[in-house]
Amino acid sequence: MNTASAQANSTSSADAATKGAISIRNVTKIYDPGGVNVLAVEDCSIEIAPGEVCMIVGPSGCGKTTLLNAIAGFHSITSGQIDLDGKMLCGPGKPLADQGADRVVVFQNGALFPWKTLADNVAYGPIVQGTMTKAEAYGKAVDMLAEAGLSGVAGKYPGEVSSGMARRAEIVRALINDPKVLLLDEPYRAMDALTKSIMHESLLEVYDRTKVTIFFITHDLEEAIFLGDRVIVMTTRPARTKKIVDVKIERPRDYRLLSSEEFRVLVEETKGAVHEEAVKAFEAGERELA
Amino acid sequence: MAQATPNTEKSKSRIGKFVSNVTFWRGVVAILVFLVLWEIGAQWKGWFGYMMPFVGKVAPPTDVIAIWMEVGQQSGYWLSWWLSSVRVFVGFLAAMIIGIPFGLAMAVNKYFRGIFFPPFEILRPIPPLAWVPASIIFWPTTEMSIMFITFLGAFYTIVINVLGGARSIDVQYLRAAQSMGASQWDLFSKIILPGTLPSIFVGAAVGMGITWEVVLAGEMMSGGGQQGGGGLGFFIWGSYMGGVMDQVIVGMISIGVAGYISSSLIRYLGHVCMPWRRMF
Repeated sequence: MNTASAQANSTSSADAATKGAISIRNVTKIYDPGGVNVLAVEDCSIEIAPGEVCMIVGPSGCGKTTLLNAIAGFHSITSGQIDLDGKMLCGPGKPLADQGADRVVVFQNGALFPWKTLADNVAYGPIVQGTMTKAEAYGKAVDMLAEAGLSGVAGKYPGEVSSGMARRAEIVRALINDPKVLLLDEPYRAMDALTKSIMHESLLEVYDRTKVTIFFITHDLEEAIFLGDRVIVMTTRPARTKKIVDVKIERPRDYRLLSSEEFRVLVEETKGAVHEEAVKAFEAGERELA
Repeated sequence: MAQATPNTEKSKSRIGKFVSNVTFWRGVVAILVFLVLWEIGAQWKGWFGYMMPFVGKVAPPTDVIAIWMEVGQQSGYWLSWWLSSVRVFVGFLAAMIIGIPFGLAMAVNKYFRGIFFPPFEILRPIPPLAWVPASIIFWPTTEMSIMFITFLGAFYTIVINVLGGARSIDVQYLRAAQSMGASQWDLFSKIILPGTLPSIFVGAAVGMGITWEVVLAGEMMSGGGQQGGGGLGFFIWGSYMGGVMDQVIVGMISIGVAGYISSSLIRYLGHVCMPWRRMF
């Protein structure tokens, strides 16, 4: 195993910046639970440039995850089209995108396989795709974990490490597939503020190294502005784009940004839009209950 | 030799650790206290001048131990252990071999589930003991009919646990695997199977308990086959018929011990097969 890890090559790829353009055009999704139509996403269009960090913010249950599921190929769309690098993922005649390792998902509650060690978890993708032998994949997994500062826990099971380490390992597990797009669904939701800020810096560090396109769903506005190139505020259900905030803050970024004036101005600017939608969502929820 | 030494040392220290464990001694003390209470209850013929149910009717542990020493020298007693264990083991193994794939197939394939789940659910509430007459008629030998009863005892529990376990695997694990390019077979062998293992072992532990429950009834009803060594169930029944109540209790406790050993073995196997659950 150790010889394999010594031979394994480095992680980042040279052409990473030239791929991963996502084009979401007029996408509508209607769920049909028991004959009652629920409009989850309506006529939603988002263009994401290659290597962009696109943050999606919106009230709970507004349809953000529906969009992510459509890109990942977990759910179909009702109309519209989603392209990846100019090739149609799903659209007219093909409502459900094929699942593929070019769009790896990191989940809300963490989905490291509890029955595999961190290294085996990371090695999983290349092994099932058949792109590496088991020894190669394991060696590369160990190397990549070490790069992420997780060399000491590569042989541990997910249940034995902290949630922060597990989440970092999960991002490593996604990156070993060399994806075009990283789809993150509120990955740091349940974390305390301190762990969260460490997670953010580690994600930014990964991003600066790989320049992978990131589609990141969150509730946390400050997180959105700290990490993103653009923050897209969604309306309450059905989801449409309400406001797009460009974050023209230079990279690399670090925690000092959080106390800067330009950061606070951006947060204030976005907060109004998000709050408005949150109130609407809350009132809609009350109507449903009444 | 040089390699064997640290190994034996390790296992010795593990046993040493086990014996020096507070939990272990708590268990020992609990059993001793129970025996003392039993002794007092058995010796004390009337409590405060009233007849109490059970009290004084059951032989005290000292008598039981004395009889046990006697019985333990007879080969028939140990043959009973052997016969019952074989019946339990064969029935249980058959239940695992058939039940695990059957449960998994029902979990992953909705057509298979649609066809086999309804009849399974109708057969499941039928107690294994209700199968005894049919089993005796159906199977050519008594031995096979008893094993069939033990098989039934474990089968339903194992299938239900496997089915439930496989169906309750977090969909995120499946999606994560799919998004990394896993094939259907990868999903099954690397996600569903390990994800179901905990439920398989729960089913096995419960099923093992049930096989010991039903093997005795099977033996009692079928007469246990050969003379003098028809299994622990027949041992109890024969002792009761012969009016040797002390020996009945010996048989009862033997079953308790056998069941405990069996479930410990399953727990140990679970421990070996699921290293990720060791910290729990």
